[in-house]
Amino acid sequence: MGFLDIDNATKSYGSVEVLHKVDISVEEGEFLVLVGPSGCGKSTLLNMIAGLEDITSGQISIKGAPMNGVHPSKRNIAMVFQSYALYPNMTVGKNITFGLEMHGVPKTERDAAMAKVADMLQIGQLLDRKPGQLSGGQRQRVAMGRALVRDPDVFLFDEPLSNLDAKLRVDMRTEIKKLHQRLGTTIVYVTHDQIEAMTLSTRIAVMNGGYVQQLGTPKEIYDTPANLFVATFMGSPSMNLIDVAIRADGNAVYADTTDDQGRKVSLAFPAPGAALRSFDGKTVKLGIRPEALTDVDGADQRSSHVEQIENTVTVTEPAGSDTFVTTTIGGAECVGRMRSDADVAAGRAATFAINMEKAVAFDPQTEDRIA
Amino acid sequence: MAAATQDSAIRTGRVTRTLIYLVLILFALFYMLPLYVMMVNSVKPLSEITGGGMMSLPDVWTIEPWKKAWSTAQIGVEPTGLRPYFWNSISMVVPAVAISTVLGALNGYVLTKWRFRYDTILFGLMLFACFIPFQIVLIPMAAVLGFLGLAGSTAGLVLVHVVYGIGFSTLYFRNYYAVFPTELVRAAQIDGAGFFQIFWRILLPSSGPIAVVCIIWQFTNIWNDFLFGASFASGNGAPMTVALNNLVQSSTGVKEYNVHFAGAILAALPTLLVYIVAGRYFVRGLMAGSVKG
Amino acid sequence: MSDRTQADFQTRLQNWLPKLVLSPSLAMIFVFVYGFILFTVYISFTDSRILPFVGNGGKPAYDLIGFSNYDKLFSLSHWEISITNMAIFAGLYIGICSLVGLMLAIFLDQKIRGEGLLRPLYLYPMALSFIVTGTAWKWFLDPAIGLENIVQTWGWTSFTFDWIKNRDFAIYTVVLAAVWQSSGFVMAMFLAGLRGIDNEILKAAQMDGASNWNLYRRIIIPQLRPAFLSAFVILAHLAIKTFDLVIAMTGGGPGRATELPATFMYSYTFSRNQMGIGASSAVIMLMTIAAIMIPYLYAELKEKK
Repeated sequence: MGFLDIDNATKSYGSVEVLHKVDISVEEGEFLVLVGPSGCGKSTLLNMIAGLEDITSGQISIKGAPMNGVHPSKRNIAMVFQSYALYPNMTVGKNITFGLEMHGVPKTERDAAMAKVADMLQIGQLLDRKPGQLSGGQRQRVAMGRALVRDPDVFLFDEPLSNLDAKLRVDMRTEIKKLHQRLGTTIVYVTHDQIEAMTLSTRIAVMNGGYVQQLGTPKEIYDTPANLFVATFMGSPSMNLIDVAIRADGNAVYADTTDDQGRKVSLAFPAPGAALRSFDGKTVKLGIRPEALTDVDGADQRSSHVEQIENTVTVTEPAGSDTFVTTTIGGAECVGRMRSDADVAAGRAATFAINMEKAVAFDPQTEDRIA
Repeated sequence: MAAATQDSAIRTGRVTRTLIYLVLILFALFYMLPLYVMMVNSVKPLSEITGGGMMSLPDVWTIEPWKKAWSTAQIGVEPTGLRPYFWNSISMVVPAVAISTVLGALNGYVLTKWRFRYDTILFGLMLFACFIPFQIVLIPMAAVLGFLGLAGSTAGLVLVHVVYGIGFSTLYFRNYYAVFPTELVRAAQIDGAGFFQIFWRILLPSSGPIAVVCIIWQFTNIWNDFLFGASFASGNGAPMTVALNNLVQSSTGVKEYNVHFAGAILAALPTLLVYIVAGRYFVRGLMAGSVKG
Repeated sequence: MSDRTQADFQTRLQNWLPKLVLSPSLAMIFVFVYGFILFTVYISFTDSRILPFVGNGGKPAYDLIGFSNYDKLFSLSHWEISITNMAIFAGLYIGICSLVGLMLAIFLDQKIRGEGLLRPLYLYPMALSFIVTGTAWKWFLDPAIGLENIVQTWGWTSFTFDWIKNRDFAIYTVVLAAVWQSSGFVMAMFLAGLRGIDNEILKAAQMDGASNWNLYRRIIIPQLRPAFLSAFVILAHLAIKTFDLVIAMTGGGPGRATELPATFMYSYTFSRNQMGIGASSAVIMLMTIAAIMIPYLYAELKEKK
């Protein structure tokens, strides 16, 4: 049993089921990120943990105590909202201590707790201001202060960075990560931004259509996505998907496709399993991350299976640190990630190195990963 | 969508503009006309009015008509002036406005932040109640007020105005709270604030503008009501509007037009003052009932 | 354990509080509005004449008589006059208010100097009691001392304006006073609509070479449809409820020349002791307003969801 247990939690509005038997067990000190497109049920799940939405069936428990029907304020949780939800009529100081006041904490203790949090977040000079006088980043800090001061068992974050501009978002992301490392509290964090999910979490639950598609560490999610949805949702630019024919030849298994000149290309899988072998003669979707489709010098030198193909570059997009190169393999438009000084130009041929150690294959019918 | 958005797109010639100004000023005069007639004739002797001088300024200025309308004019059978009825109206309006506003605020809070099944239908039923012709409730209301012993009393009128006022007050607060961020309510719930604490500490401090709109609307409507006053409190408990009508319609003796005009201004004064002081809010209230909030 | 149950009780109380708080208002609305409506409908099927409804010995002082009141109502010339007057009044009132309101709104929207002064002048009548304004108009239009007399003393001795005393024209004086009272409000609604139109659309139309006239006719006024609808609904329901103004200006007269359904209901119920007929006329009024308001409210609430 974990610290926060979500056990077969289901949510329906009338006859419409929006969350289907979600099962997640979170250990103490974990940073769990719920990620998915809008409408996937991630915020609903967070609200159910908070007690802001009823649990239709199943159970959610914190430290072994079932929380179904328990009022949000009695769950010893704290939440940071997307809009920050700072009380507009109260000063920053009042905002931070309001929860303590509601829980009957004496004023001296409240002030001490506030001072500690203000110090930690460096918002001491803002305590007498109203939220309307603060910048976006300052509001974000105050909202976190309000959550921290309660010293809760579980922190809930509902897309807390989505209202910030790009630079501030990166800064605050680091800030949150530092805070988690320092305090070691349990965090459940909702976002639709897969980079936030990757950078912050110890574990990620990728959600879609009210189902948890995959639950795992960022590395597991990224390297071995459970299905096509997870593969394409996580990672930017998105994973390249090429229709290939599987051909078993003795111990080796090849993915057969064509380059943009119509020439046949055979890519060998490094360690083919029985599952892959059973697709002999059938078509599957081969998934290759952009960084596994690169220039020859940029290819992973430790990889044992790097295949090379000659192909025409259709578009180059220099991004400073890297250059994204578009080409066509097996009829599918693919994006490769090359070193910024790679010698490529649109309309010219270039050599692409494909790292087959990182390649994955999906069953086109079930969309689940085969290998 | 602030003012002065279209003039950059629409240009008008000099002649057109002159015509437009002319029409606008003529209409301004038209709207001012009755107020001017009331004002100017309330401070002149009766003989000047009957002598055909209704539009001219007084030759002799006098405040006698005002005094008479206020304290000695014959209302019904007694020469009390409008004074006691003015106080009737005050003691009816104040509690009725207070109660209906408080209920409206609570209703608006529940209907937006504690939504439940069929809440929109219930709100629709409350809203429709604002628009019914009140003739449809006059007979049972008279019977019920009689049964409760409230017939002819100010308390009875307060009850009536509260009942038929909460539809609008609920509408105002509902529309206002609908755009009040629900996340604030959720944050307060997690902070441990209860139903009333959230209302009192989070919503109410931000409700100033809509409270003003609601109070002004209810005040104007209840002060100006005639139908309920005439139906349920026509005697000594009558409100100002009913008393004024009695004064003007009385068929005995000479028609003292100047006193009628003075009385009419007295009856109009409270709402007129509110309009002058807080007209902006009055207009907002007026619009909220018709245009989407 | 006891701590736990207490917490649960508090949570349950919190869940019930919202409904508890709403319930007094709902109870009032259900009893005093919908209960009373049903009661009035019931009365309209009886031969009740006066209050109270209970006669000697605790027996009801009336009998159920089916639709007789409605039959009788529609055979009364008094009611026929009220209905005819209503049609004239409502048609002219809604039409003129809309036209005047639209015109004033368009004119005021031409970057008028002194708009801040004119707007409140146009709107203040809405803040006044109909009894007050009715009194003012009653005496201003009275031939003996008002307009007719004034113009005559100015030298035009043959001038006559006695509409308020004339059976054929008295209803138009009520229209005049009602338009005076409400047209400023309609102006405000249209002005808000005009100010809400995207200026870029207008610029685009000018690029296309539209004249001012065409700009208004083809681009702007069609976009005011919601404001027209709102104005119509509000004015229609005000027209049907018009009561005070007639009482103050004409008392329904001369004769019955300015009777409206609202005044008809009032006099049959309270002066003529024909409560059953009064109730049936109230039911007709309600049905008319409901036919206008219910679709409107339904659409408004559905959109807002």
